[in-house]
Amino acid sequence: MFFTYLRRELRRRSRQAIVVSLGLAIGIGLVMTVSSASAGVKDAQTQVLHSLYGVGTDMTVTKTASVGSFTPSHFGFGGVKGTGAVAGGSKISRNVLHVTGGDATLPSSDVTKIASLSGTKAATGGLVLTDTSFSGTLPKFSFSGGTRTFTRNFGRHGGGSSSSTSTPSTFSGGSSSFNINSFTVTGIQISNAGVGPLDASQVTKGHYFSTKDTDADLAIVSASYAKTAKLSVGSKIMVAGKSLDVIGIAASNSNSANVYIPLATAQKLSGLTNDVSTIYVSATSASNVSSLSTSVGKVLPGSTEQTSASLANDVTGSLSSASSLANNLGRWLAIAALIVAFLTAGLLMMAAVSRRTREFGTLKAIGWKSRRIVGQVMGEGIALGIAGGIGGLIIGLIGSRVISGVSPALTADVPATGGFGGGFAGAAGTPPGGFGGFSHHHTASASSILVHLSAPLQGGTIALAVGLAIAGGLVAGGFGAWRASRLRPAAALRSIG
Amino acid sequence: MANSYELTDVKKYFGSKATTVRALDGVDLTIAENEFLAIQGPTGQGKSTLLTLLGALDRPTAGKITYDGRDLGALPESELAQLRAAEFGFVFQTFNLIPTLTAQENVETALVPSGVSAEERRSRALQALADLGLDDRATHLPSELSGGQQQRVAIARALVKNPRVLLADEPTGNLDEQTRDEIVGLLEKLWRERGLTLIVVTHDSWVAARAQRIAVIKGGRVNTPEQVASS
Repeated sequence: MFFTYLRRELRRRSRQAIVVSLGLAIGIGLVMTVSSASAGVKDAQTQVLHSLYGVGTDMTVTKTASVGSFTPSHFGFGGVKGTGAVAGGSKISRNVLHVTGGDATLPSSDVTKIASLSGTKAATGGLVLTDTSFSGTLPKFSFSGGTRTFTRNFGRHGGGSSSSTSTPSTFSGGSSSFNINSFTVTGIQISNAGVGPLDASQVTKGHYFSTKDTDADLAIVSASYAKTAKLSVGSKIMVAGKSLDVIGIAASNSNSANVYIPLATAQKLSGLTNDVSTIYVSATSASNVSSLSTSVGKVLPGSTEQTSASLANDVTGSLSSASSLANNLGRWLAIAALIVAFLTAGLLMMAAVSRRTREFGTLKAIGWKSRRIVGQVMGEGIALGIAGGIGGLIIGLIGSRVISGVSPALTADVPATGGFGGGFAGAAGTPPGGFGGFSHHHTASASSILVHLSAPLQGGTIALAVGLAIAGGLVAGGFGAWRASRLRPAAALRSIG
Repeated sequence: MANSYELTDVKKYFGSKATTVRALDGVDLTIAENEFLAIQGPTGQGKSTLLTLLGALDRPTAGKITYDGRDLGALPESELAQLRAAEFGFVFQTFNLIPTLTAQENVETALVPSGVSAEERRSRALQALADLGLDDRATHLPSELSGGQQQRVAIARALVKNPRVLLADEPTGNLDEQTRDEIVGLLEKLWRERGLTLIVVTHDSWVAARAQRIAVIKGGRVNTPEQVASS
C-alpha cells in the first residue's frame, strides 16, 4: 500500500514532482561539478608539486639559511697572501659544488626522524646543489682588504638563472674575460626510490642507479640539459672537478635538476657529508598531509614544509584563478543553488500537503496514525530526493566530462627562490688574494608550469551527491510531514460541514 | 439495550476568547447500542462537530463523552486512533476517497492500521465491494465512478473492518433522489444485518424519518423534534 500510494501520488503530481526533482538535480549537479572541478584543481596543484619536487612527494621539508649564517662557497684562487694584487693576466679555472642559494642543510638524521613520524609513508633526503665553474684570465686590478665587492668593475655578472637552467655567462673586468658555467645537481637517495625528485620510471634512456651505486661516480642527466650540453648515455660530465659517467637520460620538465647523482657522491663532492638540503615526504594518505606537516614542524623547528595546499598560496597564474573560482564563486554558487532547490522542494511539498488536508484527515478518521501519514509524506520527499540525486549525478557526470573534455590549460607561476647562490666570496681565512665578497644571492625568475585541468568524479563526490539527495528528500519530506503532523483529523469533516 | 454513548454537558468551542464560536454548548445525549439515530439541524449549529466528537476525531472543550464506558476526552491519541481503526466507520458527504487509488485500494486503506496482511486486505476489500454490488468496479479510480458508486465504495471502506459504529455525515447530500433512496436503503439494511449503531447527520427529513430516533441540534444543544416544534 505504501509504495502504491506513493507512486500514484507522485504520478498525480508529476509536474510538481518534476520541478522539485529538477531543482534538486540542478543543485546537486552543480555541487558535484564544482566538487569535481575542485578535485581537478587539487590534482593540478599536486601535479605542479610533483613537477617541482618529484614523484610520490606530498611534502618537501627545507630549511632556509638564516641571515648572516650563510656561508657561501668560494673560489679559492690562492692568490698573494695579505694585501696585494692578483697578477694581471693570470689564467684561472675553478669548479665548485655548493648548496643552491637560500637553502640551509639539514643533518641526514632528520630524514630518519621524519620517516618515523606517524602518517609518514616514506621519506628520503636530497641535496640540491649548483655546480659552478669559473675560468678565464684575471683582469689587472688591485684592491685591499679581505672582503670587497667588485661588481662595479664588471660589465655584468652572469649566472642569474633559475635553478632549472644552465647559462654559461661571460663577464669582463678590464681587458680580461671569464666564463662562468653553472648547472644544477641533485643528490638523490637511491635506496628509497618510491619518493623523491627522480625515480626509475623517469629514465627514458640508459638506466637508473642500482642499489650498489650509492656512492658511485655516476650521473643521470635531464633530457633538456643533455641536449644543451650535448651529453648522452656513456658521456662523461664534470661535477666539482670530478668526472662522472652518464648512465641515463631522464625526462625533464621546467623544474628538473640538470644532473642527478647518488646522494653520498653529492655529499662527498660538496663536502657536505651527512647533510641533505631537502627531505621529500610521502604521506600515508592525502588527508593527513596537513597534520603530518604540523608534526614535522614540531620535530624540526625552523623548517619549511611545502605541501600542495601551501604551494597553492604561492602559485599565481590561471591555476590560482581556477582554484579561487572553484573555491569561492563556484562553491557559493552551488550552495546557493542547493539552498534554493531545498527550499523550493520543501515549500512545494508543504503546499501539496495543505492541498491534501481532506485526504489526510480522512485517513486519520479511518484510523491511520499521524506517524504513518508523516512516513508517507517523508517517503514521497525521499523519492523526489532520490530522483533529484539521480538527475544530479547525471548533470554532475556531464559537467565533469565536459570539463575533462575541454581540459582547459592552466599555468602555474611558481616563484622560484635561490637559484644561483653562493657565488664568489673571499671566505674567512681565505687569503685576500681571492675575490672579495661577491655573494650573489638573488631570486631567480618564476617558473611557469602548464597543467591541464580535469574534473575527476571521485567516490567522495558521488557519496556527497547521495548524501545531498537524501538530505534534499528529508528537507522536502520534512516540510510536508511537519505540515501533515499538524493536521487535526476533525479537519476532514469540518471541511465539509 | 446497553448504552453505546453517554454525553454529559458536552461543550465544544472554537476560536479565541474574543471570537469564541460555541459549536456545542451543553449537549446531553445518550445513544444506545444498535440504535439508528438521525441528527438534524440548521447549517452551522454543530451537527458535524458532534459527529467528530462521537468519532473520537476531536475532544470536547468541556463535559464528558463516554463510549462503551471509556472517556473519549481522556484517552491518549494512540488509543483514539486505535478506536477509529477498529470500532468506528465514517461515511462523508463528499465521499473522501483517495483520488489516486482504485476502489479496491481505497477500501483496503481502512485495513492498513490494523496490520492486516496485503493478501487478506485484498480479499476482504473485494468481498466488501461485492457485498455492495461493486465487484466489477474494483479496479476503477474514483473519477471513473458515479456519485452513488463512490458513496458505496466509501460505505464499503467504512464497513470492511466490521465496525460497531457507523458515523455518516450527510451521506446523501451529493446524490440525486433515486441514488439517495438506494444509499439510505443500503445503510438501513446493513444496520439491521450487522447490528451496527448507525448515526446519520442529515438535512433531509426523509432520511431522518427512516431513523429510530431524531435528535435536533439548535443553538449548540440537542433537542427532540417535539421540543423544537414547541419552542
